[in-house]
Amino acid sequence: MRLLTHNMLSSNIKGVTNGFPLLIEVEKVIEKPVDFNPDFLKNMFVKVDWKALVDASRSLGYAELPEETPESSVIDSDDFLRKFHHALLELHLEEGALVCPETERKFPVSKGIPNMLLHEDEV
Amino acid sequence: MHNRGSNKISSRIAQIRLVSSHPEVYEPCDDSFALVDALLADRNNLLEHRPTLCMEVGCGSGYVITSLALMLGEEVPGVQYIATDTNPHAVEVTRETLKAHGVHAELINTDIASGLEKRLAGLIDVMVVNPPYVPTPEEEVGREGIASAWAGGENGRRIIDKILPIADKLLSDRGWLYMVTLTTNNPSQICLQMREKGYASRIIVQRSTEEESLHIIKFWRDFGIKPDTKENMTVNKTAPARVLDTLLSQVHWLSLKKSGNSNSS
Repeated sequence: MRLLTHNMLSSNIKGVTNGFPLLIEVEKVIEKPVDFNPDFLKNMFVKVDWKALVDASRSLGYAELPEETPESSVIDSDDFLRKFHHALLELHLEEGALVCPETERKFPVSKGIPNMLLHEDEV
Repeated sequence: MHNRGSNKISSRIAQIRLVSSHPEVYEPCDDSFALVDALLADRNNLLEHRPTLCMEVGCGSGYVITSLALMLGEEVPGVQYIATDTNPHAVEVTRETLKAHGVHAELINTDIASGLEKRLAGLIDVMVVNPPYVPTPEEEVGREGIASAWAGGENGRRIIDKILPIADKLLSDRGWLYMVTLTTNNPSQICLQMREKGYASRIIVQRSTEEESLHIIKFWRDFGIKPDTKENMTVNKTAPARVLDTLLSQVHWLSLKKSGNSNSS
């Protein structure tokens, strides 16, 4: 699971109002190279929740992203885009769990696939 | 095995011999082939459309999302693919199918788009759905395993009717939805329902087999249609008839290679 996906996932348990971002429990992180595409990154820059991405990338052991939401002019910086690219697309949570910030309910991630299926009493 | 003519075409879509399988996962069948054929028929438009995020709801074996990733391929760089299935075996099989073809999609084991609806709202440029459309007794809907791939309840509409509002929520302003329907699902009524949400529609592929008649319908937001307004409903009193006429006039009869359908086992 890429951090792009993590950035798009919220806890879907009935009654949870603050289900984003999900916390990450890491068992195994892998890195897979992805073709660098500045257009895609510029497109996604305005759509990602920056703090969630920074925190998630730190959970996965990558601390190169600036903590503060960067100015939009930063997307013209190649150095910045490379780091953003790496955090968003190349880091994968392979094994571990996503944790609902409100209920601490764990959603397991196995072979890179998060299981967001709910029990009957959570729907 | 896959009777698709030239190598040029077959290299653009998933190869049946590389599609993984599991006893609890629906294998690529006529409906899957029809959906991929619809995407191929519309490929030039998809290339021009230059989607950023593409999504499949109910990816099953992974045949469709893999084919979409292959056919857009390097010509539309930087596309991200997301696929969901409620069946844990299906996302696993999809993972293997994608890997065997050297393409990637983010996979999520979830019910339709549960967990994604909030943050992914308005971001999907292309959505493909081969829903569980088979009319079944209501109690079969929502069962685990392979039944989730077909059990559609009354008129096969139970899950389709759940998916449509979610698709509307997730699709971007320029979003396109490709969906498989059966005649029993009442596709013209589905189109009307989507029209009320502001979507135009067109049948991309129609295909009849001995057992079923399939339509692959493409939906896109038409800003000339005022969604959900009473005036719209008044103005468009004749809408049902018109939509149906439009649909029927737009059916694209692709030349079918029925012999190619023997590869579903």
